[in-house]
This record gives sequence, C-alpha cells and structure tokens, in this order.
Amino acid sequence: MQITVTVNGTEYTRDVEPRLLLIHFLRDELGLTGSHWGCDTSNCGACVVWLDRTPVKSCTALAAMASGREVATVEGLEKDGQLDPVQQGFVACHGLQCGFCTPGMMMTARWLLDHNPDPSEQEVREAISGQICRCTGYENIVRAVRWASEHGAAEHREPAQHVEAEVTA
Amino acid sequence: MTATEEHAAPIGFGRMERKEDVRFIRGHGTYVDDVRLPGMLYGAVLRSPYAHARIASIDTGAAEAHPKVRAVITGATLDTLNLAWMPTLSYDTQAVLATDKVRFQGQEVAFVVAEDRYSARDALELIDVTYEPLPAVIDARHALDPGAPVIRDDKEGKTDNHIFDWESGDAAKTDEIFANAEVTVAEDVLYPRVHPAPLETCGAVADFDKITGKLTVWETTQAPHAHRTLIAMVAGLPEQKIRVISPDIGGGFGGKVGIYPGYVCAIVGSIVTGKPVKWVEDRSENLMSTAFARDYHMRGEVAATRDGKILAIRVNVLADHGAFNATAQPTNYPAGFFSVFTGSYDLTAAHCKVTGVYTNKAPGGVAYACSFRITEAAYLVERMVDVLAHELRADPAELRMRNLLRPEQFPYASKTGWEYDSGDYPRTLRLAMDIAGYEELRKEQEAERARGHLMGIGVSFFTEAVGAGPRKHMDILGLGMADGAELRIHPTGKGVLRISVQSQGQGHETTFAQIVAEELGIPPADIEVVHGDTDQTPFGLGTYGSRSTPVSGAATAVVARKVRERARIVAAAMLEVDAADLDWEKGRWFVRGDPDQGKTMTEIALAAHSTVELPDGVEGQLDATCVYNPPNLTYPYGAYICVVDVDPGTGKVSVRRFVAVDDCGVRINPMIVDGQIHGGLADGVGMALMEVISFDPDGNCLGGSFMDYLLPTALECPSWELGATVTPSPHHPIGAKGVGESATVGSPAAVVNAVIDALAPYGVRHADMPLTPAQVWRAIQGRPFRTDLAIS
Ligand code: FES
Ligand code: FES
Repeated sequence: MQITVTVNGTEYTRDVEPRLLLIHFLRDELGLTGSHWGCDTSNCGACVVWLDRTPVKSCTALAAMASGREVATVEGLEKDGQLDPVQQGFVACHGLQCGFCTPGMMMTARWLLDHNPDPSEQEVREAISGQICRCTGYENIVRAVRWASEHGAAEHREPAQHVEAEVTA
Repeated sequence: MTATEEHAAPIGFGRMERKEDVRFIRGHGTYVDDVRLPGMLYGAVLRSPYAHARIASIDTGAAEAHPKVRAVITGATLDTLNLAWMPTLSYDTQAVLATDKVRFQGQEVAFVVAEDRYSARDALELIDVTYEPLPAVIDARHALDPGAPVIRDDKEGKTDNHIFDWESGDAAKTDEIFANAEVTVAEDVLYPRVHPAPLETCGAVADFDKITGKLTVWETTQAPHAHRTLIAMVAGLPEQKIRVISPDIGGGFGGKVGIYPGYVCAIVGSIVTGKPVKWVEDRSENLMSTAFARDYHMRGEVAATRDGKILAIRVNVLADHGAFNATAQPTNYPAGFFSVFTGSYDLTAAHCKVTGVYTNKAPGGVAYACSFRITEAAYLVERMVDVLAHELRADPAELRMRNLLRPEQFPYASKTGWEYDSGDYPRTLRLAMDIAGYEELRKEQEAERARGHLMGIGVSFFTEAVGAGPRKHMDILGLGMADGAELRIHPTGKGVLRISVQSQGQGHETTFAQIVAEELGIPPADIEVVHGDTDQTPFGLGTYGSRSTPVSGAATAVVARKVRERARIVAAAMLEVDAADLDWEKGRWFVRGDPDQGKTMTEIALAAHSTVELPDGVEGQLDATCVYNPPNLTYPYGAYICVVDVDPGTGKVSVRRFVAVDDCGVRINPMIVDGQIHGGLADGVGMALMEVISFDPDGNCLGGSFMDYLLPTALECPSWELGATVTPSPHHPIGAKGVGESATVGSPAAVVNAVIDALAPYGVRHADMPLTPAQVWRAIQGRPFRTDLAIS
C-alpha cells in the first residue's frame, strides 16, 4: 500500500506492506536510525517518537497509521544548528551512557517540558516510567530533564496544535 | 561541544562532558542494526519450543520455496562444513544449529536468509521440525540424581550431567574451626538466574567478499579481537582476512562477550549467498538464549565467637551452567573469581567447593556485571554476615566494622589466595553511615516499628577483584589477558590513541583521551580514541570484568609515558642539552634550573617529524606501542546502605534511600564513575526485587519477555546518594582500580538485607531474591518459595 508520512517536516511517500511497523519504516525505509528498537512487548520505549505531537511507541504503531500524519524523531530535535535544551541537558548531566534509550527518552522529555515546563523530580520519573534505561539508573536522566527545564526549555516550546488526551509512551 | 560554560574540559583527569555524546544525542550513533550495506539480506533463527527433545526430521522445502528466501541453513548443512558445533569459552562445545537433539527451549535449530526482515520471519513458520520430546532436567538440585536424563550424550562416554568440581581454601583448617566455634550459622542462599538484558539485543552483519576472501563482521561484541581469533579457529578462515567491528554498542554487561550461534549463522549465510547478511535477535531470543547470569545454589556457613568475631566461612555451591558450559571466564577459574567470597573480612580460614552441572536451560553464567562471579560471592558473604547478626542480635553495621580488614593489613593475602592491593575499609563504611545518618535511621526504625510500619535498613560491604589479569594465571581459551595500546602523535601535536578494548557506554573515547592528556598535557579534545575495529587497533581481550581501566587504561598511561620519553630526547636535541638535564611539567620538557628554556609537546611533535638532528640510533617521530600485562588484579570496594519500606498487606517493597560510597582508586572522570555506579545500583534493585528467569517443570522459560522479566524503571529507583573515598591502587600506573561492575556486585545484598531487616518483627532470617510482593508476603507467612522454579 502507498502511504505518505511527514517526518521532521519532510514528506515521504512509499509503497509498504500493510503490516510494516512504524519503527521499521523509519529505520529501514527512511534510514532514520536514531530511533531504536529494544523489545517485542511495548515495554522499553527505545522506539518513542511523536505521532502528531504525541509520544508513541513506534514499535506498536503501523507505518500505515502514520499516513497523512506528522512524525517527529530525534533527528529533528536540533533546529537550525541549535541543539534542543533537552539534548544539551543530556550531555551536561551525563544523562546517557550507551545512548540506546536516549532518543526515546529525549522525545518524551521534550513533550513533558512542552506541557509542564517546570516538572518536579517525581513528575519526570513518571513521564519516563514507560521507558527502560539499563545504564544510567535514571538519576542523570532526571537531572538532564531538570537541567533542560532550567535552561530555556520553555522558550523552545512550540505552539501545541493538538492537545492530546492520552500519552501512550 | 560544551553545554555549560562552567564545565570546561580539564587537561587530564576531572569532570568532563563526553566526546561520544555529540553523535548519540543527535541520533547519529551507529549500532549494529544501523549498518546497511548494498544488497544486504536478513537472517532469522528458528528456535526449539522444547527444553529437551530429539530431532526426528527437519523439512525446509516450503521455506526454500518462499519467493524471498535465499537460503535455509540447518545443522545438517553446517555439519558438511564442520561447523555444526563450536567451541565455547570454557573449552566445552555448543551446537551452532542443533543436529541430534535440542537441549534448551530457544535453542537454535535453523537459519533463514531472506530479502527482508519480515520474509525471513515468515519463512521460519514454513520449516517443519518433528521433535520427540525427552524428559528435561530443570531443577539443578536433581541434575546429578542417578538416572537423571543425560543432556550431553553428544560427548563420548558422558553418563551424567556433571561438569566440574572445584575448590579453594583450606578445608581441614576450616572444618576444625567450625568444630570448635562458639557460634555457627548456616543458610541456603540462591542467587537466581538473571539476565543482563542490555537495551540493544545481540546482532551481527556479516559481509564476505568472495573475490578478496575478506570477511568483515559488525558484531555486538565486547571482545572484538577475541572474536576474530575464534572466528578464524571455528570457520577455518585466515585471521588476517577477518575484520571484526564492534561499532556503537547499546549496553553489554557481559552479555556480549561470547560468540552466539546467530553470529556464526550470519557469517555462513554471507558465505553461502555471497551477500551481506544481517541478523538481529528479538527480545525473547535475547532473554531465552543469550548469556544468562548467576544460577548459583549456595550453602553458606559462618563460624564466629559469641562476641562477633568472624573466624571462618565455608561454602558449598551447586552451579547451574545450562546445556552447554559456555561461561566466559579465565581458564583456570571454572567458578570465576568466586573464591573472593571471604569478602572484606579478616578470617582465620575459609573453604569453598563448587560443583557445576548441566541442565536443560540456556548456556552462559558469567554476565551481568558480575566480575567473574564476584557478584555471587559478595552477595553470599554479605547475606551471611547479616544472618550472623540476626543470630547474635548484633547491629549489622557494627558487626561489619568489627570484622573489616584494617588499613595496616594491606597488601592483604586472603585465605583463598588473593592479594588485595589497598584499602581503608572502616573509613569507607563510616562515611556511608554518616551520609545515611545511620544511628538516626535506627531510631526512626524503632519508632516506625512501634507504629506497626515495616522499615528496613540494609548494609553491605564488598570487595571486588577486577582487571583480569596477569597473563601467567589468566587466559580465555589460551589467549592471555593482556591488552595493547598504540599512540600516534601527529606533527601538529594532535594524537590518535588506538586501544584494544571497546565501549558499550562506558565513555572510553573521553576517559582514555583524558589519560593521555594527564600524561602528556595534550587536551583530550586533541586525542582521537579509536576502538572496536580489529583492523585498526592492537590485540587485547576486551571490555568486561571491569577490566578496561585496570588493563587498557594502564596500557594507555604506559604508552603515553613512552611517548613522553621519546619527546624528551627530541626536546633535548632541540635545546641542545642532555636529555637527563630536562624536567617535565604537564605538556612541556624544560631545562632543570632554567624553566624558561623548554619545549611544549606541540613544538616537540613538529620537531620530531622535521629535520632536527637527533642522537644516533634515535628514530624520528614520537609514536609508541605497549602491551600491558597487569602484575595483579585491582581491588575496588565500597559500603552501601539501603533503606526500604515494606507494605505488610501486599508485600510490596519501596526503596526509600540508597547510599553508596565507592572506592575505586583514582577517578579519571568522576562524572562517568558516578554514572557507572548509578547504573549498577539500579541493577541491584532490579535483581533484589524484580528480575528472575525461572522455569516450569517442562523447561518453559518464564522470563522470556519484558512482560515477565521485570526491569526497574525510574519509579522503582530512588535518587542515589553517592560518596567517595580514594585509595589508589599501588601497582596501577595511575592508581585506578575500575568501577564498572562495583555497584552491581555490592548493591543486591544491601537491598535484600534491608528487606529482611524490615521483616525482623516476623522472625524472617532469609528469603531468596527476587523479593517480589509474592515472595515477601510468603516470607511473612514463614514459607518463602524457591524463585528458580515456577511458584508452587
Ligand atoms: S521497542 Fe520496546 S517499546 Fe518499542
Ligand atoms: S544509556 Fe544505555 S540504555 Fe540508557
């Protein structure tokens, strides 16, 4: 089947199998390998991207479901050569080690800060609780998100076009 | 890139943002599954649904007829290439693809190569295997029963499931102390089977070039050089034609040390089809078939005086190694470094005996940041000290303080043959108690208990032995555990360091550049660290057992010092003085007594490549190489205190606080050290409370997905409270000891001790991990269960 998906602002039209998962579409069809795959059961969150500005686990969405919609991935976080404060926070606070969970974590963090610019430690922990990191013990991820909150995450907020009722990540 | 001004990079040791982050935060890492080659095909493995069964037949016809399938490989195919079996890292053999029998659920049976991922999976469904199920050996405690099914009947003359017996220490002396001791305690302690479960599963891309005969393999491996040699031996390919690349790796934790059948199949698939073949396992395959950890059934005994002086420890272990003995550990150490079980205490005698057995479970054993079985040893001794404290009604922190080795005893020859290099244990424990506010916590606990609340405080103190290891004692499959380093200094004074170890997230590109910076005064940003590619780096055994800093870090310091000495000769020529008259300050040689007369490394580097006349016999340039053979292991240690609250109605444990004071010697980059500790502490909470791979009586794996194999999230982890003491290793060039596994080794006991402490009002003395709500609730009822089997 033919689908048209906008990813990080660029429109892509591809012929795909109806069963193709969004994560495989992004990685294998578009070569956007920043989003990762880590489990078979929607538990790890290595694959989190935004679908119409809501974090989703892209291993649990079909590429076909993204047709006509907008996907945002880690590759789109940096804007005009300017790193997102979330990216800077992860570097400044050592919020990553192997880096495998990092893109998913950052996409969720970006969403959290867009909706709650000054989250408490507990709110950050809850926001990323659907995602697994095997390296950091979460401490520095939490600090990284707090760092981003303190260093201008709010100014980077883009106007929310859709306000979603549920977060699936 | 520096995200914050206040964190300017040091020229040498100190907190510094990581160089590798630049690519990772942009999604530009290159992990194995990110590798895409022209014409690449995809492989998938068919696995056994049975734990033990004879293979009557395999029909691959329908799979081969699938329009997108390029090859179907079975054990029979491999047999014709003499590849159906491969050597393991413990001198056993392991089936690449099963020929005669399957011996664990999830074992590799066939390999399909197809044009895309999904078709490869589809084709697996088309393979028809007829199995004749056999009785399975699941409970390790019955593996040696007379009449137990013989798992390894492929081994000639094998009539039981016995692998090895191994002992350490002085049995007679230990028995004598036990016979005369005022107090003895004993406990059965299980360290159940767990899995390192790195977020990235295992995978490989194999690319065999028929014309040049060159095989390039991208692999999720922690030991690329050892893999190259093994591939050469297994596949009979010339080693100079094999290039193993370990690109960015999404966590290893010991799970990516061994060679898995999938890697071999990808290589064979590429040779057979003439195309690059990618194989990446899914999570269930990862949890069910790749290296598990622990599965040690231990009986610990402690002999002590009534006033709490520990005299002797005796341990008996039944080690479940699964269907193939594939543990990755030094050859002379079939139970790894388990004999460090005397821990941090001053004993009169100790003895342990370990028996390894086959069961119908996945192979492995040494993984999950275990420092070659020290995880099991540290957990056992720290649990037993608490059992003794329970018996003596002593405070567990005070009991430890009373028995810890004293600073003046170092270097300390342990009763099981280890030489601990350095330490000030009481200081570290005291610091942990101060950070935790130990005395106040005990008071609070008393008040909580009076209110009927279950609050627990757990203490653990661990000593590790890492950095394997001295070549004359330690090898893996005959390969000595020394590591190489090469340092090139370019004419402009910038350098390239090539190291034999590689990183799965430890940050080597940063810390190893910092070591060079410390030694030569060249900023870390000017040192490129090359690793993980056997064509570009010197030989070495890889990153595991916390050995990168102790071994390769030492190699790096030594090679940098060689460069420094070469620079001295060049500087002397430039300054027209005798090299012996020069003194060094970071980054510069100068004339002793005349500091203005000197040359910087940048100036020297250019001169070394120029026409400056050098003394006879001195070559130009500054480049140097080194192979570092460690004189001893290094012995990092730490004191951990955990505070938990237990809900008596549900058995749910909440970790309220966790204090960790580590002494890993000199810290190259404290930020990275803290990060390593954070990760290990989360592992400890996970293993103590959630993680287990158990089996039902038929051998069905009950931990085969993240729905069943539970890992801690940000909500189960507290905010870690860290402290540090620094006692340099006297024999390591920069005094560093290694830290990667410390917290995973030391933390489970602290959590379990805290939970058992919380349950003291119920008289609970021990319950096995994981302390899930069900297990805690059953412990409260006085009947904790065996966590390695299905709950009954
Ligand atoms: S890959 Fe694990 S949740 Fe999507
Ligand atoms: S940084 Fe490795 S999984 Fe999070």
